[in-house]
Amino acid sequence: MEKKIRILVAKPGLDGHDRGAKVVAQALRDGGMEVIYTGLHQTIDQIIHAAIQEDVDVIGLSIMSGAHLPICEKLKNEMKKRKVDDIMVIVGGVIPKRDIPKLRQIGIEGIFPGGTPFDESIRWIKEHIKTR
Amino acid sequence: MGVARYIKNEKDEIQEVILQSGIHLKPLYTKKDLEEIGFDPEKDLALPGEYPFTRGIHPLGYRSREWTTRQYTGFGTPKETNERFKLMISHGQTGLNVAFDLPTQMGLDSDDPLAEGEVGRVGMAVDSLRDFEVAFQGIPLDRIGAGLTINAVASIMLAMFQATAEKFGFKKERVSATPQNDILKEMIGRGAWIFPVKPAVRLIGDTIEYSMKELPRTNPVSVCGYHIRESGCSPVQEIAYAFQIANTYIEEVLRRGHNIDDFVRGFTFNLNVFGNLWEQVAKFRAARKLWAINLKERYGAKDNRSLLLRGIFGGGGYGMTKAQPENNIIRGAYYALAAALGGAQTTALCSFDEAYTIPTPRAALLSLRTFQILMEEIGLRDTVDPLAGSYFIETLTKQMEQKIVEEMKKIDNLGGMIKAVESGYVQKEVARQAYEFEKGVQKGELIKVGVNKYTEGEEMEVELHEYRQESVEEQIQRLQEVKRERDNRKVVQLLKDLESAARAEKNIMPYLLECCKAYATVGEMTKVFKEVFGEFKEPSIF
Repeated sequence: MEKKIRILVAKPGLDGHDRGAKVVAQALRDGGMEVIYTGLHQTIDQIIHAAIQEDVDVIGLSIMSGAHLPICEKLKNEMKKRKVDDIMVIVGGVIPKRDIPKLRQIGIEGIFPGGTPFDESIRWIKEHIKTR
Repeated sequence: MGVARYIKNEKDEIQEVILQSGIHLKPLYTKKDLEEIGFDPEKDLALPGEYPFTRGIHPLGYRSREWTTRQYTGFGTPKETNERFKLMISHGQTGLNVAFDLPTQMGLDSDDPLAEGEVGRVGMAVDSLRDFEVAFQGIPLDRIGAGLTINAVASIMLAMFQATAEKFGFKKERVSATPQNDILKEMIGRGAWIFPVKPAVRLIGDTIEYSMKELPRTNPVSVCGYHIRESGCSPVQEIAYAFQIANTYIEEVLRRGHNIDDFVRGFTFNLNVFGNLWEQVAKFRAARKLWAINLKERYGAKDNRSLLLRGIFGGGGYGMTKAQPENNIIRGAYYALAAALGGAQTTALCSFDEAYTIPTPRAALLSLRTFQILMEEIGLRDTVDPLAGSYFIETLTKQMEQKIVEEMKKIDNLGGMIKAVESGYVQKEVARQAYEFEKGVQKGELIKVGVNKYTEGEEMEVELHEYRQESVEEQIQRLQEVKRERDNRKVVQLLKDLESAARAEKNIMPYLLECCKAYATVGEMTKVFKEVFGEFKEPSIF
C-alpha cells in the first residue's frame, strides 16, 4: 500500500481567518492524506517545529492578511538554516496574481489562491510529491 | 456564499428550493399558510415601534431617520486613516467604522517582532494615545459615532477613545463609540483572541458596567453573528449563536448585581446580509422579535427601550467573489436592499475589490453610493416594513423564528455559550458546514455566477491598494518618540496599578483610562493582562 502523504496545514502570523484552512484540511483528509492542523497564530518557529515533530511531507500555509511574501520568505530561510528545506511548502489564501512569480522565486512550490478546486490541489500535491 | 439549493427537472423547472437554513420554499403561498403556521397579526406583528418589534424599532422607520452608513475603514498610519475618514464624511458618510491592523487587534506594539510584516496592513496601527489623536483629529466626535472593530483589547481601545475625546474637548457623555468587543465570536470565527474565555468575558463585563455609568451614549458591545456566518454557519445559527453570546455577556453583568434595564440598551448586533434575499429579510424580522421576547421573558426587562434589537446589518463578504470582481458591485446593491428591507439602522458593505485588497477610495465610495441610491432614488424610505403581511414573508419569518429557537435550545442544553465554545462544539459545527458548502459550490450544486456558471469572459484586473513600508517606519518612529517623551516612571506605576486591579477583580476601565492618558502602549497594557489572565488555548476540533 502506498504511504499516505502527511501534510501540516498551518496558519502563520496574526490573522485568525481560518475558514479556508479548516475547509482545506477536511478536503485533504477526504482526499486521502494525513492532515495535522496547527491552529491559529503560529510563529515560523512553531510551524517548523511541528513539521519536524510530525514528520510531514508538505507544509501548507493559509494566509489571508496580505503578508504572504514576508512570511514565506522567513519560513524558507529558517528551513534552510535548519536543513529541513526538503519539506515541500505550498500556500493558499488571498494571493494576488502579481505575487505568484515572487513566491516561486522564494521557493514556494504550489500556490493556490482562494477558490482553487479541492481536486486540483489534491492532484497537484500527489503528483509533485512523486516527481520531486 | 450563502445561496439556496435548487433542484430542477429535465425541463429546467424548479422542483425544490432549500434555503441554507434548511427551510423548503413552496412555489405559492396563500392565506392558508399563515393559518397553518399559526400567524397572529396582533401577537406576531403589531405596529412598527411596538412589541415585539417584528416590523422595526421605529414607528416610522426610515421616514423619521435614514440609516447610518459606516464603511469599514483603516490602513497604514493613523494619518492615512484620518484622511480616508474625512474623504468618506465629505461624501456623506454618517458614522465611522475603524479597522485596526492585526498587531493592534492582538495587543502587540508595532515594534514587536511578532508584528513584523503586519503593521498597518489590514487596518491602522495604534500603539498609544498619540495615534488616536492623529486618527480622530478634526472629526466632530459629538456628531459622528465611531465603531471600533476590535475585540480582545476592546477595553483598552474604549479607554483610549474616551481619553482622545476628552483631550479634544468633547464631553464623555456626548460621544458615542461602538467597540465590537465580542470575544466569543472571535473564538468561533475570526480568531483575534488573546485571553482565556472567562477573563475575556469578564473584560467585556467591565466595559459594559463602566459605559453604563460613564459613557451613556456608547454601545459597549456589538455582538457579531456576522463573522460566525462568514465562517460557515447558516442564517438561523447566525442569530441563535449571536443571541446566546449576548446572553452570556448579559449574565456576566447581572452576576455583578445590576438591573437588566440599566445596561442592555448598550447592546448592538452586527449581522450579515449575503445570500438568499427572502431568507435574510425574514431573518432580520424574526431576530427583532426574538430579541424582544428573550429580554422580556428570559431576563424580565421592563423598559421598552431594552427590547430593541439595534445594529449594523451589512458586509456580505463571503457572498463576494474573486472571480469577475465587478459582479460584486451588483451583489452589494442587492445585499444593501436586503438590509433596508430588513430594517437596518446602520449599514456597511464590503467593497467589490475586497477579495483582492484593502478597498481603494473608488471602491469604498461605490459602496457608499449604493446606500445613497437606495435611500434617495429607489424609494426605500417611502414606507416602513414594506413586506409586512405578505403570505410568503410572514410564513418564512415564523419558520425562521422557530428554527432560531431550536438552535438556541441546543446551546442551552450544552450549558451555555462559554461551554459550547470551550469544548469546540460551535467551531466544529461551523467548520463542518463551511466544508459542505464549499463542496456544493465546487460540484455546481450551489450556483455562484462567474464562479461555477457563466465563467467565460476575460479576467478583470483590480487596482490594488499599495502597502507602504515607509508607513511602518513612520509608525515605529512615533512609538519610540512617545516612549521618550512620556513620564516613564508614571507609566510603570500606572501599569502596576492596572495589574493589581486586574488581580483584585476590580473594574479595570478607570485604570486603563489613566494608563492611556499617560501614553502607556497597547502592548504594555496587554502584557499586564496576559500575565494576570494567561492565554486562550484553542480546542482541537479535528
